[in-house]
Amino acid sequence: MKKKISKGFILEIAFIIASYVLLTILMKSGMLNRQYTALIVPVGVNIMLAVSLNLVTGFLGELSLGHACFMSIGAYTGALISTSMELPSYAEFFLALIAGGVMAAVFGFLIGVPVLRLHGDYLAIVTLAFGEIVKSVLNALPFTNGSKGLSKIPMYSNYQHYTLVFILVILTIVIITNLVKSRHGRAICSLRDNYIASESIGIPVSRFKVLAFVIGAFFAGIAGVVYAHNVGIIKPTTFDYNKSIEILVIVVLGGMGSIKGSIIAAVILTVLPEMLRGADDYRMLLYSIVLIVMMLFNNSEVKERLLEMNLFKRHQKEVD
Amino acid sequence: MLTNIIEQLLNGLRTGSIYALIALGYTMVYGIAKMINFAHGDIIMVGAYALYVAIINMQLPAIPAVLLTCVTCAVLGVVIEKVAYKPLRKAPPLAVLITAIGVSYFLQSASLLIFGATPIPFKSIINVPAVKLGSVTVSGLTIVTLIVTTVCMIALTLFINKTKAGSAMRAVSEDKGAASLMGINVNRTISMTFAIGSFLAAVAGILYICQYQSLRPTLGALPGIKAFVAAVLGGIGSVPGAMIGGILLGIIESISKAYISTELADAIVFGVLVVVLLVKPSGLMGKNSTEKV
Repeated sequence: MKKKISKGFILEIAFIIASYVLLTILMKSGMLNRQYTALIVPVGVNIMLAVSLNLVTGFLGELSLGHACFMSIGAYTGALISTSMELPSYAEFFLALIAGGVMAAVFGFLIGVPVLRLHGDYLAIVTLAFGEIVKSVLNALPFTNGSKGLSKIPMYSNYQHYTLVFILVILTIVIITNLVKSRHGRAICSLRDNYIASESIGIPVSRFKVLAFVIGAFFAGIAGVVYAHNVGIIKPTTFDYNKSIEILVIVVLGGMGSIKGSIIAAVILTVLPEMLRGADDYRMLLYSIVLIVMMLFNNSEVKERLLEMNLFKRHQKEVD
Repeated sequence: MLTNIIEQLLNGLRTGSIYALIALGYTMVYGIAKMINFAHGDIIMVGAYALYVAIINMQLPAIPAVLLTCVTCAVLGVVIEKVAYKPLRKAPPLAVLITAIGVSYFLQSASLLIFGATPIPFKSIINVPAVKLGSVTVSGLTIVTLIVTTVCMIALTLFINKTKAGSAMRAVSEDKGAASLMGINVNRTISMTFAIGSFLAAVAGILYICQYQSLRPTLGALPGIKAFVAAVLGGIGSVPGAMIGGILLGIIESISKAYISTELADAIVFGVLVVVLLVKPSGLMGKNSTEKV
């Protein structure tokens, strides 16, 4: 079997290497100040979260408002492992990553199976409900230390370990992109486009729905582990539904079903609040206005006009 | 023991009827505009702050202050609809959802800027003496809350079922195109729905603030979510469903807080929702929609 290496593949590899080199230069040369180097890991975490949520919301087409719940399960599992075990740091972090991801995937399965009966807004509210249930159970369990949360988590993935985080982010992107392009991915997309038609041609609807949920949850769990080992302290309230919505906003702004869009939106929406820090008190106000205006613009006639004027030439081609 | 149970039930009924008022706003807007209005919870917050401004800063007596609050919220609801939701009427539902979240952030951060993050204590404006029924004490607040919510619900039911504007609302929620062909002004009907929903949210906000007596910019978030859950529990889009869902939710919450665990009360409430939806996917009173191929 001969496989031709496509131009796109080489370009992608080149792009990954280029972005890593750029990142290293930025980190080592001190061109970024402290404020921005501290943002590197959150950007990576948000990319992972957004890409994995995009699998559920963008490709499977089911609105999920409980993505932060998987993140919290990953974060807690990972943190419990790395605070209680006495292994060399890399082995411990690797174990934490795997355990966090798997644990989140198990919960993704548990949540995915009952919600198979529901879709649309009802599914959205059930995922939100599950998120709140997990949050209050974390608050009540003895070993999660209640509302005080876990602290003194070793910083295995802070900005000094940006290479590791970079690799994890790239792995997430590559795996999900390839999954979407594969036969399974096409089946998942077909569920989004026409649920009845895909069922009638023999696609096992339930299996693929659960599959998308489980994989999305797995990567959200990994993102949670990275998050926990970056900030060092986790509390149940960090992972409330506002966090889920924050991720959803990234996915929708980046474009449903567009991995590139999710990545770009994750970078912009993580850095934007920091850039607006100069505006201090008006920061959140500006953020919300930007959000509303962007959504209005995205769906407005002005954009259509601009498209007609060929200002977005490439975009136009895609539309045709 | 029995006294205790009855008192807990009454507490639940009080919180539940506030949830029901908020849930009505969610359910009506969903029925007509087919969107989840995430900013609805923040209208409650605006209502609470508006009451504070009217009473403390403008020195109004209670009844004009309450009226002013309700009118402010109703106008705000209509303005939000015109500015943020109307241009998106043909957009995909998720775009509208995100815009609603944006509006919610906007309201929260605006009130954070104006009133600051520190909670403001606020004295209840309802000063009705408690009533003793046998060994059960019913607080004045409970009595007022129950009377106000009952009146609101009866008025709303009559409005929807008996008036011309109400039947226009039902028609628009069933089929927008057909309704406009019948000469119904769809835009005006949608605005009216938002106005009524926000009016009810303001009433709920006033009752809520009299119960908790402290103002924060995020105070609307939790009752907002609970009420949303109540609306879905009762079957979103159904007006009696929202009332029943809200009251049921309040009672479950108060009973589980009293007898099971304070920390797990939220988990139990949401657990009930999940179980109900698994048994009856369209909620307690929701219509079962069959998919046509």
